[in-house]
Amino acid sequence: MLATFDVVTLSRLQFALTAIFHMLWPVLSTGLAIFLVVLEAIWLRTSNPLYYRQARFWAKLYVLNFGIGVASGLPMEFQFGTNWAPLSEFAGDFFGSVLGFEGAMAFMLEAGFLGIMLFGWQKVPPVIHFLSTVMVAFGANLSVFWILSANSWLQTPAGGTFSDGHFHVQNYFAAINNPFMVKSVVHMALATVETSMLVVAAISAWSLLRHKAPEFFLFSFKLALVILLAVAPLQILAGHESAVQVAEHQPTKLAAIEALWDDQAAGTSPAWTVLAAPDEASGSNRWSLQVPRAFSWILETRPRLSQTVRGLNSWSADQRPHMVGLLFYAFRVMVAIGLAAAALMALSLLLWWRGGLSAESFARWPWFSWAWILSAPAGYLAIESGWVVRCVGRQPWTVYGQLRTADAASVLPVGEVITSLSIFAVLYTVLLIFALYFGSRIIAKGPNLSLEPPNGASAHPVSTPST
Amino acid sequence: MEFLELFMPTVWFVILALFLLLYVILDGFDLGVGILSLSSPGEEQRTILMTSLGNVWDANETWLVLMGGALFGAFPLAYGTILKALYGPIYLMILGLILRAVAFEFRENAVNKRPWNLMFGIGSVVAAASQGICLGTVLSGIPTDAAGHFTGSVWIWVNPSSLLVALTLIQGYVLIGSTYLIIKTSGELQRLHVRTARLAAATTLGGALLITFTAPFASDVLRQRLFDPAFLPFFVVLPLLGIALIVQLFRSLALQQEVWPFVYTVLLFILSFAGLGVMVFPAVIPPSVTIFQASSSVSSMVFMLTFIGVLIPIMLFYNIYNYIAFRGKVSVE
Ligand code: HDD
Ligand code: HEM
Ligand code: HEM
Repeated sequence: MLATFDVVTLSRLQFALTAIFHMLWPVLSTGLAIFLVVLEAIWLRTSNPLYYRQARFWAKLYVLNFGIGVASGLPMEFQFGTNWAPLSEFAGDFFGSVLGFEGAMAFMLEAGFLGIMLFGWQKVPPVIHFLSTVMVAFGANLSVFWILSANSWLQTPAGGTFSDGHFHVQNYFAAINNPFMVKSVVHMALATVETSMLVVAAISAWSLLRHKAPEFFLFSFKLALVILLAVAPLQILAGHESAVQVAEHQPTKLAAIEALWDDQAAGTSPAWTVLAAPDEASGSNRWSLQVPRAFSWILETRPRLSQTVRGLNSWSADQRPHMVGLLFYAFRVMVAIGLAAAALMALSLLLWWRGGLSAESFARWPWFSWAWILSAPAGYLAIESGWVVRCVGRQPWTVYGQLRTADAASVLPVGEVITSLSIFAVLYTVLLIFALYFGSRIIAKGPNLSLEPPNGASAHPVSTPST
Repeated sequence: MEFLELFMPTVWFVILALFLLLYVILDGFDLGVGILSLSSPGEEQRTILMTSLGNVWDANETWLVLMGGALFGAFPLAYGTILKALYGPIYLMILGLILRAVAFEFRENAVNKRPWNLMFGIGSVVAAASQGICLGTVLSGIPTDAAGHFTGSVWIWVNPSSLLVALTLIQGYVLIGSTYLIIKTSGELQRLHVRTARLAAATTLGGALLITFTAPFASDVLRQRLFDPAFLPFFVVLPLLGIALIVQLFRSLALQQEVWPFVYTVLLFILSFAGLGVMVFPAVIPPSVTIFQASSSVSSMVFMLTFIGVLIPIMLFYNIYNYIAFRGKVSVE
């Protein structure tokens, strides 16, 4: 089947596969790192061993996740050279610098301090250890900044001119700080924190449902909930802001995620489509479920559109994205999950406030526990959907308006790409299964409740002869 | 501007060489220990080997990522052309590194450690071999058109001389891995690695000599350079230094010294590296595309230099701190 595809499609499939798989891991590497910083700070302030054990338990999941994150990041970087050589040449001046910065500022920082964070409890003083944890979290979040700056530049290229098949940078800071950068970084960073906290809360709820280490997991649940109470509503706001900037800079993408086929004139008040069956052949929706007059409220928070919103039919087929159904539903899945998560926060806050949130609540209300448990995979689903919206919605461009995807891919023998693509597909499936297996073992085993904090940790290593 | 146009590509060539050298030394001993773990006498010993890497493997690998990013930024043409030419071995290397990294984490949590031990060792061998193949292929030349785009075949990397480089690099990694383990272990395990170091030193030396004598036949460029009088001083001094270092290496192994074998091995790596640099400079895609042709704009290189250049000492500082914090023999909890 694969052999019927051309090399551009294959390289796209390979990029999509590796990116979707890679994206599963940075979520915890950046979000959980912040949680670990908070836990360690509480421990340093209170000296209560409970918090030390919290830090050690969640770090176990962290390291399992991290290893796969690093491993699956490697093909991402090298693909730009192997499969997207024309893109590398076209945009190398800027894009390459940013990947270089990401390596030097973010990855190295993360990697350089990770060893101390994981294995250095007995080797360095507590303050240095804490600093290392901070550096790991800082490095991971810097990599979000750089990679999203690079990706945002693909969406809204800025800071230079295009001529003879090259991007010539005039102003590096304008290129880094391109129109999409700030809001995309914020939305992504919130997404990793939100999903990580959902993972912590889900594991805690699962354990509480089974009466495992109740004191331990009630604490982690409540801490995650407190963070989520702030993050979940903010994320809806950030998502809305993302949609507004899409409307401004990428009208083709906006039309696709709303399955909007015909132009909507300024001054009108169109309906908002909740569900639909988009049909690209006829350029319309086969059926749709709509809320009258809601569209301009959602997009512009006002009763009438201030500007005309163009529909997909106003572009020729080679100027706009396809797979409209995928884009339309990916967007809705993300939004639904964002709203549902916020609703769950409100409900949990209410229960807590009414004095109902104890270790027993979880067994008393299994539906409540399960709502939390299922919210963790939902968080990942929202992130993947968001990326599908962003990357598939950018088509047919790799650099929006400047470089077509078809011209960005290397001319390679089809067999070569099929081979690497198939190997990745098989390998990643197996890796995911084993990662879930070993992750669930760590959770099933639970925290070590008798672990004693390092007393008198000193800068001098304790060396014992090994054989 | 004239001056910068000559100067900046040279600066970036040197920085990239530095990153590559750091990678080859650091991930070299890392991969070497991985290869050696295949022959560990038992689970307890293997755990010691893996623990000696626990705090550093990720940082070591990151030098490769950094080099990739910097090559992309400074010489986008070379990045595209070389990676495209080396599609096969690059993906093999990535495959090896992935297997190795995940085996490391999975083994930690597994009851039955055997499959993961095997995966860790094999991943290390595959990664090391692919790196050797890449190096060998680049050295013997990558055919390009006038614009610097790759024109060769998919199988360009399948040839005896890149195979020879691959085998030699594996030996070299085993050598530096063994000497690292001499520092990190004690007792019987340490004596074992003194023996493997001695063996690997001999095989690496053999491979290096073979490469030195066959390379000029495989590549016109190398042959020209070798007989160019301007380079004569290098080709006199480098081998003499090499012989001195090899003698010292064997001596320190015979004297059962702990740190010196590693130091001499590192110096040998640096020396071979300098030799390669002299052979190819100023080509970045040997034989014909120079750093001046392949470089990105001057402003881009200056921009990268201001950010990455400042960070180099800082990166070195905290990486060294990491080694200091974990200095001494491996202790297994
Ligand atoms: C959430 C933000 C995010 C996104 C969208 C991406 N990454 Fe990533 N990446 C990370 C966040 C991250 C991270 C959190 O920083 C990782 C995960 C685990 C780790 O060690 O670093 C990482 C690891 C990682 C590594 C290994 C680094 C190392 O050796 O330490 C590479 C080479 C890349 N990534 C490259 C990419 C490329 C080229 C991407 C896009 C096409 C990409 N990543 C998307
Ligand atoms: C932030 C870093 C990222 C960058 C720089 C980036 C860049 C790219 C590039 C260059 C392509 C191939 C060319 C193209 O199809 O236009 C692509 C395609 C794609 N990426 Fe992204 N991407 C990033 C992150 C992600 C993530 C994290 C995901 C998924 C979770 C993702 C999903 C996809 C998909 C699905 C495609 C295929 C789209 C298609 O060809 O129709 N991307 N991206
Ligand atoms: C509730 C309302 C939400 C809205 C209105 C919304 C809106 C958007 C829009 C319009 C985009 C596309 C941006 C572009 O193409 O440039 C996007 C991307 C994305 N969304 Fe959401 N989103 C919401 C919730 C969420 C949630 C809950 C998550 C995850 C926890 C999430 C994760 C992402 C990610 C990872 C991306 C791609 C990267 C980025 O643009 O930052 N979103 N979102």
